Amino acid sequence: MPVRSTFFAVLIILASAFAPAHAATFRHAFQGDLKSLDPYTLNETFALAMLGNVYEGLTRRDADLKIVPGLATGWEMLEPTRWRFHLRRGVKFAGGEDFTADDVLFSLDRVHQPESQIRTRVPADAKVEKIDDYTVDFVLARPYPDLIGEWDTWYIMSRRWAEANGALKVQPPTGGGLNAFALKANGTGPYVIVSHEPGVRTTYKRNSGWWGWAEAPGNIDEVVFTTIKQDATRVAALLSGEVDMIEPVPVQDMQRVADSGTTKMLTGPELRTIHLYFDQKRDELKYASVKGRNPFKDQRVRQAFYQAIDIEAIKAKVMRGMSVPSALLITPLLFARAGEFKRYPYDPQAARRLLAEAGYPDGFELTMHCPNDRYVNDEPICLAVTSMLAKIGVKVTLQAMPKAIFFDRAGPSGGYDTSFGILGWTPSGFDSLNVLLNITGCRDDKGLGGPFNYGGYCNPKADELTAKIQVETDPVKRNEMIYTYFKMVHDDAGFIPLHQQVLSWGVSNKIELVQRADDVLLYHWIRKSD
Amino acid sequence: MLVFLVRRLAETLLVLVVVALVAFVLFRFVGDPINQMVGQDVGIIERDRLRQSLGLDDSLPVQLARFLWNALHFDFGVSYQFKQPVAGLIAARFPATFELAAAAALFAIAIGIPVGIYTGIHRHTLLSRWLLSVTLVGISLPPFLIGILLIYVFAVSLHWLPSYGRGETVALGFWRTGLLTGSGLRALVLPAVTLGLFQLTLIARLVRSEMLEVLRADFIRFARARGLSDRAIYFGHALKNTLVPVMTIIGLQIGSIIAFSIITETVFQWPGMGLLFITSVQNADIPVMAAYLLLVALIFVSINLVVDLLYAAIDPRIRDAVRGPV
Repeated sequence: MPVRSTFFAVLIILASAFAPAHAATFRHAFQGDLKSLDPYTLNETFALAMLGNVYEGLTRRDADLKIVPGLATGWEMLEPTRWRFHLRRGVKFAGGEDFTADDVLFSLDRVHQPESQIRTRVPADAKVEKIDDYTVDFVLARPYPDLIGEWDTWYIMSRRWAEANGALKVQPPTGGGLNAFALKANGTGPYVIVSHEPGVRTTYKRNSGWWGWAEAPGNIDEVVFTTIKQDATRVAALLSGEVDMIEPVPVQDMQRVADSGTTKMLTGPELRTIHLYFDQKRDELKYASVKGRNPFKDQRVRQAFYQAIDIEAIKAKVMRGMSVPSALLITPLLFARAGEFKRYPYDPQAARRLLAEAGYPDGFELTMHCPNDRYVNDEPICLAVTSMLAKIGVKVTLQAMPKAIFFDRAGPSGGYDTSFGILGWTPSGFDSLNVLLNITGCRDDKGLGGPFNYGGYCNPKADELTAKIQVETDPVKRNEMIYTYFKMVHDDAGFIPLHQQVLSWGVSNKIELVQRADDVLLYHWIRKSD
Repeated sequence: MLVFLVRRLAETLLVLVVVALVAFVLFRFVGDPINQMVGQDVGIIERDRLRQSLGLDDSLPVQLARFLWNALHFDFGVSYQFKQPVAGLIAARFPATFELAAAAALFAIAIGIPVGIYTGIHRHTLLSRWLLSVTLVGISLPPFLIGILLIYVFAVSLHWLPSYGRGETVALGFWRTGLLTGSGLRALVLPAVTLGLFQLTLIARLVRSEMLEVLRADFIRFARARGLSDRAIYFGHALKNTLVPVMTIIGLQIGSIIAFSIITETVFQWPGMGLLFITSVQNADIPVMAAYLLLVALIFVSINLVVDLLYAAIDPRIRDAVRGPV
């Protein structure tokens, strides 16, 4: 048919006329949206990573997550409650403003506003004193050994720009009171954002005046970021060469991306640890056949569940090898002594024995709640768990649901309304203390003490230790205490740690980049060749 | 006629209120917006404060009243996830959905009607059978699968067309169009085909069966007896008589094209309203969901209204019924 061939001819002409020509454009696709450009509005790894290309903190983290100088060239602890920072000279914000001590004062004030979601980056009682334009002292009410642990994502903002643009106040997470930072960015970093269509596309241009280019290997002039929600479409966009990098690659497509000839897989252990929790707080489980008592209050039942889980089978069958089984609620990357812990071995016989000793020789019935769109293969993991528990006589009914509903129900807002479920946790600040304060600490019914301790695990002795860990400045002693703490949790079988997920980035062969274990991609480390 | 119009407008309003009510009830089950809004480290007290500031802990009747009151003013507030006014977000996304729906409808009509006519006239040729089987695919495969298939053939294997997005767009006032750039037109092809395939099949089969019906009618036989040419019979008499029901169906289908574009938009990462809606459901972004549902309801009832009016204008029997007894 002539019409048809003309149609295709037109298509081919159009295709050749509009083929991309820029060599140093990096096209980046991610499954989620970049939601706000105000760096204090959303405490989300992805948003803060994307803004980390534009903004800088007083510190940065290098490729191995080591803390290195950022906008501060150096710092020292004058006394345990007074830290001195020397600021980098000659730095300009994208809007042309000079970076000085005033901007640090402003940023501290702004980060502590009630609408800020990253207030915990800096202790609430910290004060900052300006010594001169390029020296500031942070004065603390008590020693904080881990003071600068999260300062690489506490971005410094320009006071003058904020005043000129009416952005003195933090954009509230509820959306009211829009300010200039929600749609514009003005940082000191290696890139500037030139356009931002929320949920569609964000483009970055190189900031050639950035102080760090001399040591940065990257050669990217322009970055186009797009959201591609659908797994299959995202993989197709990478395979067809329309984008240079996608994250994440779904496990079933990893082989294809690795074998395509034009793309490669970059994988590495992630910081998030997935675990199963039991309701140990209620006197009677809400979703189980056992009445009048709570079997999960008995350590033997919890250990029986633990030993019923064949973690290697989950790794091989469900995760297709893409997981790192864990005996702890924190990854070995973040806790040096994690290697000293071993999982309770997989042993269904022993598990049955333990259940019988606890008074449940025939097991019992139980409902498990899981999100189905939050973690890698979350629902299949839960399904595997139900069939493994069936082997020791525990009949588990699985209820999988979207994450928005799961977290509402299983968390404090829904009154911790589950009996057995799955949860993942990445310790922000890259420190065990964060796990203690969120996951394992004793909590009340509202969640105070350990808001993400969905099962309400509580060991008062361990809680006493937490208070000491918070103020200990000697790292060896501190690690010893953390070790003791985790040992208690392990002996209690308070949780069933499962594994760390594996980062799965699909990258074009033309691209070289740095994959940081915290799932952060920084554009100034990217090299593109033709 | 006026009475008819007023009655239909009142019905339209009723439909919108019912949709608003149902939407409000559904929002009880989408999960906790606060959880989607803040990071994991945000404390309980802070969460409660946010919940209070959004009015989420008011009693149900109070929330319902506030929702209806705001909806009456077309005030849908600010999106929880994007921190932008909902009206602006939807206005920015509407052109994408509209252009996609229009292209899909055009594709379906431009191919569906000729296929229907051909297969109606030449019932037993090989090409007819082949066309009918191919269009059967369009109605039996889900658009999700068709979209993925097209992406793998035309984007990944052949590299002819882009797999996602809308390409370059040009702003004409508030309207961002992709129809004026090469990459925008190329990006439109696969989503429009995916979205239009179902309608194409529907139209082709409808035209075919109407044609078969009409060709059996007495007036066609008399026309043949009078020795009119095939051309005059098929296109002058038969086709004209098949088009009334076909037009009705097409009109009604335009509403569903807009509503069903959700799946196509998700597959192709097409930045339209449907994609926005899906993201909002996942993030419990109630203001966006509410506005989208009401807008789609409005589109549906307006199209129905227009179709009814057209119908009345075309068909004398209906026109008389509308006018009432003289």
